[in-house]
Amino acid sequence: MKKMKLVVVGNGMAGMRAVEELLRIAPGLYDITVYGDEPYPNYNRIMLSPVLANEQTIEDIILNSREWYAENHIQLYTGKRINKIDRVNRTVTAEDGTSSEYDRLLLATGSTPFMLPIQGKDLDGVIGYRDIKDTNTMIETAKKYKHAVVIGGGLLGLEAANGLKIQGMDVTVVHIHDTLLERQLDSTAGMMLQKSLEAKGLKFLMSHRSESIVGKDGRVTALRFKDGTEIAADLLVMAVGIRPNFALAESAGIYCDRGIVVNDTMQTYDPRIYAVGECVAHRGMSYGLVAPLFEMAKVCATHLGNFGIGRYVGSVTSTKLKVTGIDLFSAGDFSGGEGTEEIVLHDAVAGVYKKLVIKDDKIVGSVLYGDTKDGSWYFQMLKDNKNVHEIRDNLMFGQSHLGDVGHKGQTQAAAMSDNAEVCGCNGVCKGTIVKSIKENGLFTLDEVRKHTKASASCGSCTGLVEQILASCIGGAYQPADTSSKPMCGCTDHSHGVVRENIRERKFLDIPTVMRELQWRTPNGCASCRPALNYYLISSWPHEAVDDPQSRFINERAHANIQKDGTYSVVPRMWGGLTTPDELRAIADVTDKFKIPTVKVTGGQRIDLLGAKKEDLPAIWSDLSKAGMVSGHAYGKSIRTVKTCVGAEHCRFGTQLAMDMGVKLEKMMFGMWSPHKVKFAVSGCPRNCAEAGIKDVGVIGLESGYELYVAGNGGIKTEVAQFFCKVANDDEVIEYSGAFIQLYREEGYYLERTVHYVNRVGLDYCKAKVVEDETNRRELYERLLYSLQGYVDPWAERAQPSKVRREFEILAI
Amino acid sequence: MSEWKRIIELTEIPQLGSRVVRSAKGDIAIFRNSENKVFALRDQCPHKGGPLSQGIVHGETVTCPLHGWNISLVDGTATAPDEGHTTCFEVKIDSGVVFLKI
Repeated sequence: MKKMKLVVVGNGMAGMRAVEELLRIAPGLYDITVYGDEPYPNYNRIMLSPVLANEQTIEDIILNSREWYAENHIQLYTGKRINKIDRVNRTVTAEDGTSSEYDRLLLATGSTPFMLPIQGKDLDGVIGYRDIKDTNTMIETAKKYKHAVVIGGGLLGLEAANGLKIQGMDVTVVHIHDTLLERQLDSTAGMMLQKSLEAKGLKFLMSHRSESIVGKDGRVTALRFKDGTEIAADLLVMAVGIRPNFALAESAGIYCDRGIVVNDTMQTYDPRIYAVGECVAHRGMSYGLVAPLFEMAKVCATHLGNFGIGRYVGSVTSTKLKVTGIDLFSAGDFSGGEGTEEIVLHDAVAGVYKKLVIKDDKIVGSVLYGDTKDGSWYFQMLKDNKNVHEIRDNLMFGQSHLGDVGHKGQTQAAAMSDNAEVCGCNGVCKGTIVKSIKENGLFTLDEVRKHTKASASCGSCTGLVEQILASCIGGAYQPADTSSKPMCGCTDHSHGVVRENIRERKFLDIPTVMRELQWRTPNGCASCRPALNYYLISSWPHEAVDDPQSRFINERAHANIQKDGTYSVVPRMWGGLTTPDELRAIADVTDKFKIPTVKVTGGQRIDLLGAKKEDLPAIWSDLSKAGMVSGHAYGKSIRTVKTCVGAEHCRFGTQLAMDMGVKLEKMMFGMWSPHKVKFAVSGCPRNCAEAGIKDVGVIGLESGYELYVAGNGGIKTEVAQFFCKVANDDEVIEYSGAFIQLYREEGYYLERTVHYVNRVGLDYCKAKVVEDETNRRELYERLLYSLQGYVDPWAERAQPSKVRREFEILAI
Repeated sequence: MSEWKRIIELTEIPQLGSRVVRSAKGDIAIFRNSENKVFALRDQCPHKGGPLSQGIVHGETVTCPLHGWNISLVDGTATAPDEGHTTCFEVKIDSGVVFLKI
């Protein structure tokens, strides 16, 4: 079959992003031709301000080199402006006569700076601020002239003014309103910003209306205002807004209304023609920030790639000012209005101002000045429509999820030096991350993880990495959309959607899921397959196929793989209790198989480290004979129930903690879950079993027990939250079992209880488990049903059988 | 001189799984994918020496169990941006039996 031809008009960030996405999901589908009217390959337009401010060079901001176009077999025409689309013969023609045929056409013609229609606007030295040429003009002008005037106190105007100041010019910003950035900031933050910029040497003329531009010998000399006053100007930069470029589309008869009108699939009124970027009018909106353009590009690529999925439904945008030394973040609607409430923190001396606008318990807008480190967190909640009722009291103080371990408590990436370690797991320093973002043109957290490995292991430094990313690329930074984030590169479906489909449509094996949900890869990858396997067996216990090849090696080998490829074996010790016979069996196994290390674990049992894989079945056989079973220390499963000695022995004990712990552990034996699950039972509020940092913590009192949930002692210590008080052992089992079943049914794979509860809310869990008796009983019964008839995996593999062959090594 | 050696019947290797062959040249992992193609790699990840035989197999790639590097079963090369390479061995199926050239 002959390849289809795709022609892209516009070699900017939106068009090229769409092409990159298309190459990723449907490589080789099209012969691609790209026309750009600038003489450069695709560059990072939002980085022009750092170039003007001498922080970067033009070479630094090239996103796709000419070699990249060649490697991907893309025909690139630079410096050629298309001025004709022939929709009947399906061709486009450039001003110089170059012409291309298309099967699909993508318009990404961008926008142009709006020039005020006043006298003198065509004089030399009057420019907009849009591209490399404008930037170079400013740099050159600064070498010869003194006075610069910038009309427009918006983001672009202020960045231009800052850059010109650094280039050595005397800069005045003229603004029609009485505060700066009036579309992003309220007046308080606007005033603070103006003060900081004045301290940097910029001058401001607020509430000034321009009337005409005065010139001499064809060059600008001054700007005259409506009140008759004038200001000297050798360079006049107009930054008063942008206008979508849609003249080309309009001349071809494509319907335009202040932009090229597209539907949610980025298609114009001509079904063969798509449009993305600033030239577009989508649902009556045009966007001038890069994040929405990337969203459009992604949707467009799935349609060009014939996947036919994904809709663009508009964007909530956030902005950051790229002026070094000034921290400013704004997102959503901060103007207030009916039904909204404001939370404000203002420390004038420290130069910090934070405002959150809340409506119906959800964040609808935020303005941060001076301290923006929680900007992405607020923005995330805003986009996710997250109910903030439960965390409202602490909302203003930010998300303290940053830097607990391994980053010396660092919470502000900006304050870190380049050689400070950000990711302790993979040893990645701040400088490395910044360099990779700039050199590789990275825009998302996932890309940074891929290229640098930062935050790709335990994830505790994710917040810091996000901050670094945001500070490098400013407004282009878009925090991951957690609610609809695809599971992995194999699919566009989120964990939630996949789970729902498995449950609603009763899928019973992985191939069916992949076929019905149109997986892009033949058999998934190492991240989606284990998740799918878990969703199947937890949704359809005893019916779904449990595929060993889709489980991580530890769950296949029923032992923990170690760095040298040996395994560790942990027999279960119910509630942390053992007997002389068990200890003898462990000692014998250790001798017989020459186990190099024996260690007491934090979960109150004994770990045999350094076992060879081929010895595992024999080790298990010996342990089984002594009555011991797998401790599941290796799985996304119930790990341990840690206990104190309780009222059995302790003079303070109020409840039989060991007995309760053994009952709980036996109840959950063989339970698989989204992530590991740890319990603890303490016999009195002294809490020697550390129940406050467990997924479920049980604390005995004279009158019964208190249950705590969603604690975590790992990467980030999270104190468990009070769940409910119960009267007796049976209730402990039923309530905690029901809570765990709720988590098993709704938790996303690799989501610990603390993250699950943070996502759905503790009130929700209480409503399902504590308040709704029928639902609680049903949850508990479903848990018991799914655990019915579980066979100890060690006993199973200790006997010669087919499942055992995995452990046998072949000789030649 | 390397020669073809009989290893095992194909059905004894699980689909999307592997078996380990102990040889004079060290452990060699023999993989079988969902299309019943077989591949042989030195059982050592180029990153930190993890046993690739224990990884999850998908398409024509295996993911190392230690730190998640993806290694091509076809040529032993790590998927970008990771860089590295592990030795490949020739392998074939004849009448349902897997042979390794070693």
